Amino acid sequence: MWRFIGFRVLQSIPVLLVVITVTFFLVRIAPGGPFSGEKAVIPEVKAALEAQYRLNLPMFEQYTAYLGDLARGDLGPSFKYPGRSVNELIAAGFPVTAELGLYALLVAIGIGAIAGVIAALRPNTAQDYVPMSVAMIGICVPSLLMGPILILVFGIYLEWLPVSGWGDMPGDKILPAITLGSTYAAYIARLSRAGMLEVMSQDYIRTARAKGLPEWRVVTGHALRGGMIPVVAFLGPAFAGLLSGSFVVETIFQIPGLGRFYVQAAFNRDYTMILGATVFLATLIVVFNLLSDILAAWMNPRLRSQFGD
Amino acid sequence: MRWTCAARRIEPVLKVENLSVSFVTRMGTTKAVDDISFTVDKGKITAIIGESGSGKSVACYSLLGLVPQPPGRIDGGRALFHDQDLLQLDPTALRKIRGRDIAMIFQDPMTCLNPYMTIGRQLMEPLLYHKKVSRAQARSRALELLEEVGIRDPVSTIDNYPHQFSGGMRQRVMIAMALINEPELLIADEPTTALDVTIQAQILKLLASLQAKRDIGVLFISHDLAVVADIADQIVVMQQGRIVEAGKRDAIFRNASHPYTQKLLHAIPHGGKPGERPVCEPLVTVRNLCTWFGSRKSPVKAVDDVSFDILRGEVLGLVGESGSGKSTIGRSLLRLVPVTSGEVRFEDTDVTALQGRALKNLRRRMQFIFQDPFASLNPRMTVYDTLAEPLLLHGLESRGTVGAHVLKLMDDVGLARAFVRKYPHEFSGGQRQRIAIGRALATRPEFVVADEPVSALDVTIQAQILALMQELGREYGLTMLFISHDLSVVRQLADRIVVLHKGTIVEQAGTEDLFERPQQAYTRQLLQSIPGRTLLNLDAPLGESTA
Repeated sequence: MWRFIGFRVLQSIPVLLVVITVTFFLVRIAPGGPFSGEKAVIPEVKAALEAQYRLNLPMFEQYTAYLGDLARGDLGPSFKYPGRSVNELIAAGFPVTAELGLYALLVAIGIGAIAGVIAALRPNTAQDYVPMSVAMIGICVPSLLMGPILILVFGIYLEWLPVSGWGDMPGDKILPAITLGSTYAAYIARLSRAGMLEVMSQDYIRTARAKGLPEWRVVTGHALRGGMIPVVAFLGPAFAGLLSGSFVVETIFQIPGLGRFYVQAAFNRDYTMILGATVFLATLIVVFNLLSDILAAWMNPRLRSQFGD
Repeated sequence: MRWTCAARRIEPVLKVENLSVSFVTRMGTTKAVDDISFTVDKGKITAIIGESGSGKSVACYSLLGLVPQPPGRIDGGRALFHDQDLLQLDPTALRKIRGRDIAMIFQDPMTCLNPYMTIGRQLMEPLLYHKKVSRAQARSRALELLEEVGIRDPVSTIDNYPHQFSGGMRQRVMIAMALINEPELLIADEPTTALDVTIQAQILKLLASLQAKRDIGVLFISHDLAVVADIADQIVVMQQGRIVEAGKRDAIFRNASHPYTQKLLHAIPHGGKPGERPVCEPLVTVRNLCTWFGSRKSPVKAVDDVSFDILRGEVLGLVGESGSGKSTIGRSLLRLVPVTSGEVRFEDTDVTALQGRALKNLRRRMQFIFQDPFASLNPRMTVYDTLAEPLLLHGLESRGTVGAHVLKLMDDVGLARAFVRKYPHEFSGGQRQRIAIGRALATRPEFVVADEPVSALDVTIQAQILALMQELGREYGLTMLFISHDLSVVRQLADRIVVLHKGTIVEQAGTEDLFERPQQAYTRQLLQSIPGRTLLNLDAPLGESTA
């Protein structure tokens, strides 16, 4: 078990290094820079600024210096928010994004797993087609369309829910969570349907029926665990995807999360902020993938016993 | 076709009358079970014999409402269990009978136990659900039964998961699970088909003793007459959904009147192969072969210091239980697995030292036939592509001329030429094995390793494939290593037999010598496990093997 985890952690180092390197050079190749605004800056001031942020050094030296800082856990100062470090900005924005991601994940699992299981119990009937068609629509509609639709329906026509903000009004977290979670709910519905369908055709389900167990016991006691393994394996990538993909929803609903800083940083060529957020999210993706792999393996007794020693 | 036990008054546990079941699909309606009647008496074993697709399983599953409807549909008949008609019961009432009064054992213990649940929980489930007992009571009952079915040290194994048990042990767990509510009727669907011969013999013995002790009725479903020969009281033979013959066991074995029953009887492999072959020099020499898997520190010694010869033109039988390393030997000879040490010579070439092109050339002369023809044929390739591929790969034919060769192969293995554009799933198991044989013979190899080529097939199909292999062996002048766990099958084909146990050779001898005068205790144990010995001892005019 520990060997497996250790191996995976080691494996993630080159992955992160590649992400950092590619991002570092890409943002610098992109035209414009952090201080090329509409108003011309006096050359002396610009030079001073560049010196302060090490932009006067050759690019490769900037890169090694950045890696050095990174190894100490320092993501550097923000170019656009003077006096604030990227660490501070992430610390401010991430809890909001994480909360949104968590709610969205709960929405996704709740709706997705239930819809998938229901569909799998009676395949190729209306009970299957209806939730699966909705799931297909869910996958096809991007959140930048889903958000405004939900705002129009529930915020403006029905006036049930607030349309923006985060923690300012009761219920203002509902629409963003649904918007962000809907795509993943659809994926999870399809995954859990496939997983359950496969398990329900297994011989041991027939054994359970032959024991005289009622159908709900067969499903909950015997089928659910095996059927949900693919879903669990997907949760890690899904949560990471929710975090890194939340910027659209954060922008639509005016939520002060990491995603909005990320987008603004990209517009402003805030090199350190872009890099810092990318490194941070990449690390999260690696960690959550690892966690869900461990969890999925743990759910399978066969793999668990291999891990045990 | 109805028969009764007029002599002694034995009350039937189950009385099935005129049962008909069909499947309704878009392709039309198929009658799976057509007007069958049989009884299972208290304390007796009734065996239903038939090939896959004969409707025997469907008939039994439909009694317990385990045939999904749709597509299944019960067209008529009665199934009386204690004066209640099982077919008329509503699902809830039927569910209460399932697992309490009527229990089932299934074919494959590998897949029939839930891999995500400890065996203890699975064992206790029927008890907890059907009877008002506490968890502690259920657990102690489960421990008792595990002990009774021969699980060693149940206290420490009850919380293990199924994968921690061997196939035979899992089937014992299944049996314990079926018996935990002390049912009156046990339906056993091919309970030993997936097991090795020695394990099969143990399980059959266990079933028979548990059945006698509890005096319950057993409905035993099998495709193999030999298996039920030792234990059944009544035998019902089914073909294409109908009962073609039924009666007491001895009557069936002695005076089978229906041609299909006779065919089944003849398909039971018995007797040796006819004719001896002139002995020649060895084609394949194996010396001190070791094939180990796993880590260097604690390797799994699948094959450990094995030496034998395969003479040119002979069929060498390699016999052993699963895990004995017999398949690994076959794969080692063809370098399909890396050899740890030792020497394998093909004529004068050391196979273990070959690389690249030389190895490829050698593989043209050595071919492999696998057990499961479905798994080893590419489902996306037509028969034509499958057969043409080795010919083109080894440059034996060009694209233009390969067609004729493929058709010749089709003729050789007994497949209609019209099937050449079909895909593997469109064929039956026997036909698929014919394709696999054709593929192996395409390059005109001198040496073929056949790894359990017939163990996935029904007995009558088995006989056909064995006959085909015998015939093609002669025609192509093949030398063959025939790997099987089934001694009676090997006896039909092999000139000499090597018995393998836990990776080492126990005994090797000429086929008849080995059968008549086994030297080692393990060989004798294997021989005693061959099912249907009662049948062979019946001095009925069964005739010689016609395969």
